[in-house]
Order: sequence, then structure tokens, then C-alpha cells
Amino acid sequence: MIRVENLVKRFGPVVAVDGISFSVEPKTIFGFLGPNGAGKTTTISILCTLLAPTSGEAFINGHDCTAESASVRRSIGIVFQDSSLDKDLTARENLLFHAYLYRVNASERNRRVDDALKFADLYERADDLVKRFSGGMKRRLEVARGLIHRPKVLFLDEPTLGLDPQSRSNLWEFITRLPKEHDVTIFMTTHYMEEAEVCSRIAIIDKGRIIASGTPGELKKIVGGDVIYLKTSDNRKAAGEIRRLFQIEAAEKEGEIFLSVPRGDSVIPTLIREIGECVLSVRMQRPTLNDVFLKLTGKEIREDAAAAGDDIREAVRSYRRRHDRG
Amino acid sequence: MIEGSAVYVIVAREFKKFVRERSRLVSTIARPLVWLFLVGGGMSRLVPTGAGPSYMQFIFPGILGMTILFSSIFSSISIIWDKEFGFMKEILVAPISRFSVVVGKATSGMVLSTLQAVIILAFFPLLGLKIGILQVVGIVFVCLVLSFAIAAFGILLASFYESYESFSVIMNFIVMPMFFLSGAMYPVKMMPTLLQVFTKVNPLTYGIDALKHLIFPNETGALGADFPFIVDVGVIIIASVVFVAVAGKAFERKG
Repeated sequence: MIRVENLVKRFGPVVAVDGISFSVEPKTIFGFLGPNGAGKTTTISILCTLLAPTSGEAFINGHDCTAESASVRRSIGIVFQDSSLDKDLTARENLLFHAYLYRVNASERNRRVDDALKFADLYERADDLVKRFSGGMKRRLEVARGLIHRPKVLFLDEPTLGLDPQSRSNLWEFITRLPKEHDVTIFMTTHYMEEAEVCSRIAIIDKGRIIASGTPGELKKIVGGDVIYLKTSDNRKAAGEIRRLFQIEAAEKEGEIFLSVPRGDSVIPTLIREIGECVLSVRMQRPTLNDVFLKLTGKEIREDAAAAGDDIREAVRSYRRRHDRG
Repeated sequence: MIEGSAVYVIVAREFKKFVRERSRLVSTIARPLVWLFLVGGGMSRLVPTGAGPSYMQFIFPGILGMTILFSSIFSSISIIWDKEFGFMKEILVAPISRFSVVVGKATSGMVLSTLQAVIILAFFPLLGLKIGILQVVGIVFVCLVLSFAIAAFGILLASFYESYESFSVIMNFIVMPMFFLSGAMYPVKMMPTLLQVFTKVNPLTYGIDALKHLIFPNETGALGADFPFIVDVGVIIIASVVFVAVAGKAFERKG
């Protein structure tokens, strides 16, 4: 559905996207994961035909993003990082505007707008001005708007940025329903590792390059397996039993013993069966995508992000101020 | 290529927002009336115009031009607001040509400005002017083409500015000089030669001149029109086409 080959985008001396390639299968959720300023928004802008790449190729639904921008635009819906709703219009008016802009048939128009309002759970608020909506409501409205013209691909650029945890989890539930209910492929960016877990495939991007890609499970294998922590009545005896049963060392730390295994979920039942009488508590930690990022780049995704990302963002902005007044 | 439904919905949006924002209507109507009655009324005593129209009557076409100038530019400048608040992205990423966007915005300016000019026009009996129905039709026609041209010019301006801090720059250094160098407040032929050059490249001049033809059909002296009517209308139409084409190109550019 999406195919990108060797894409490069330079803003003057700054290389925002440095030769990336990937492809996305239809009706999946593809996550583009990386710190701020890694090149995620630039990539989306190129795919959405808002920016021309310096070199490389990008295709959406078989259409070339540079040469066939009109066909590409008809195939995509977008939810930008910053809201692009008209706050002085009502929810319904914003949706109708979109329907006219994309030339939805007159006979379909009102039905699709109603459907979108219901889907976004905003039907009761349809005729309220958007400026009276909460952040989460605006985002749901934007996602629903992006689907009105039945796109093949929906782009979500940091869809949960600035939302409170409750709205975030609501929005995720809403987004994960999309591929099935709307036959749409989702391309999303985020710098929240936990959010990327819902993706079918993920590409981790840092400084304009893809440094790893795969399913969330595959990526987590990069950091190794699960860690099982046990509290027991007799740690030394338990450690000895574990050595005998699994031929692995269990180390002790702060009164707990812990062991690393590839598949924790299949080890725990055996563990309980064999040494159950002395186990007081057991917990297991699975690697997160955060650990993956840490392992690959040697830094946390969020902390460094603010500083480095803002620099690039500022450079890009001032470059665009000088060169691109469109 | 120009998409009708896109032009329609861009105009409908502007119209809806205009109706909702009553304060904007009040201020755009109040400004020309203040100029007409306070400036015009005051100056009438100072400027003897002999047998022809009084000074207050003389500036009436200019005041109609002012109404159109301000409201058309204001309407186009809303593009800068749309950029600032993100809504422009929704339009730019849609599968429509940039010309549809420019034509849609210019048409919005045309409809809203002409509406306001017609409201000002309705004050003509208070000035002791006699304007027949055919003249009204002509005036509305000139208002339509003039406001389209000015709105298209405004879009061209807006395509060069990113933030609304630039609004006051546009107002002080482009809009106000355009108004004073248009023959609105004093006849073009009485201006110093250097200023006449600026006047002649100002599209507003030709719009106001066409309105003078229609409002004072029999006046041939200093207070009458300066150019033939057909030249006035021709210049405005050509200017519209040029502005739309250039503004469309300016929107087309990618970084």
C-alpha cells in the first residue's frame, strides 16, 4: 500500500530524512517511532505530497507521490500533529467542508457526515462550535473527518500529543478499530513507545535513518527475553532447584531472585509446579520498545529528544521561512 | 483546472463565518461612513467645487472603493490566519488545484465586499445624489469585478506572509497608500506627476474611476472620471486574471 525507496530530504545543510526505505501492507497499522526531530513529520509531509523529496521515491496505492500528487491525495486522509479544524465552525460544518472539498457525491454526503459523527461519538455535539470541544473530542473529529472520503491510507502524525491519559487510551481504542471497520491502512508516528505496541509493524527512526524494523515482538527480541522475579521462603534452595530444572543461573538482588528466559510465560507454570511450596510471589517483566530504543541508540527516546529535536525543528522552520513561502 | 464544489465550499465557509461575526460587519460598514460623513462633510466647507458635485458627493465613489478595498483585503488576509491556525493544511492537502483555492478565496472576497458596498450605496439619497436603477446595476457590476481583483491581489500578498504580525505592515504600507493614491479623495489629474505614476499602476484607481463614470455620468470637469469606462473595466479584468494566475503559482511552490 505504501512503498518508500531511498528517500532523502535536505533543508539546506540539515538532512532531515537520510535515505529511508520501507513498505506497508494493506489494512495494517504501521508505526513510525522515534524522538522529536528524527524526521517523522518530514516523511509524512513527503508522502502527503506537501513536500518534494530531495531524492528517492515514494508510492501510495501505486501512485507516485511526486508525479501523481492528485491521485495520491485522493487515496489518503491525514491527521496532522497540530489541529487543522476550523474552530469557528461546528463539527458538522467541518465535516461537510471536507466532503465538498473531496467531491463526495451529493447523495452520499449527509449520510457519511452523520456516520462520521456517530463513529467519533460526537453526534449529540454535531452543531456545537469546535472551539468548545476538548482535545480528545477534536482529535476524534479529525480522525473521522480524514475518513469521510474513504481513503486507502490514513496518516496520523502524533495523534495523542497533548492529550490526557484517559483521552489517549480512548483514542487508541478508536484507532485500532479503523483498519477492520474502514478497510484502511494506518501510518502513524509517535514518540510514545507504549503506544507503538498496537502496530502490526514498526520502524524505529533516529536522525533521519531507520535503525530497526519489524513486529513489536521481533523488535523486543533484540533486547533478549523476559525476566522473572521470585520471592521465596528460601532463596538459596530455590536458586539451586532452578539450576537443576532449567540449567540457568538465578541471581539474587534485594531479597528477590531473578532469571532471564526467552519465554517467561512457559517457564512460570513449571516453576510453580516444581518449587511452588516455597514461592511467596512471582512477577515477570517483558522488554518494552523503550528498552529496544535504549539498546539501539544508547539513549532514552524522550529525554534527549527535547533538546536535539528542537534544534532540528528550528533549523527546518527557519530554512522554510527563507525558502518556501507557499 | 478549477473544481466547482471546492470553490463553492470555500465561499460558503467565509460567508458563514462572516454572518457569525457581527462585529466585523459593523466595523467594515462604520469605517466608510465615518470617512464619508465626518471627513467628507468637514471638507465640503473647505473645498469649493463650484457648480459640479459637492466634495462629499465627489468622494462617494472613492468611499465605495474604500469599502471594497478594506473588506476584500481583509477577506484575503484570512489566509494568513488559516495558515497560523492550521486550517490551511486541510485545504492544501485536498485533491484540488491551487487555482480553485485562489478562485474560491477571491470569490468570497467578491461576494462579501459587494454586499457591503451595496449597503454603503444605499446611503446615496442622504447625499442628495440621484442614481437610477440602470446605474445601480452598473455599479454592482463594477463592485463585483473590482472586489474580485482586489481580493486576488490580497491573496497574492497573503502568500508572501506567514504570520499575522505582518497584518499591520500590509495595512500601513500597502492598503493605506493604495487608498490615497486611487483618486478616492482627490482627482488624479490634480496630483503631482510622480504620484500620478503610482496612481496609474493601482487597480483601485480604475475601479473608482468606473464608479465615477456611473455616479456622475455628465461630469466632465476636474471632478469627473479620468479614463474611458472601457479602459477602467478592461484594466480591472486583466488585473484579476494576472493576480489569480500569479497567486495560484505562488501557492503551488513546494519547499
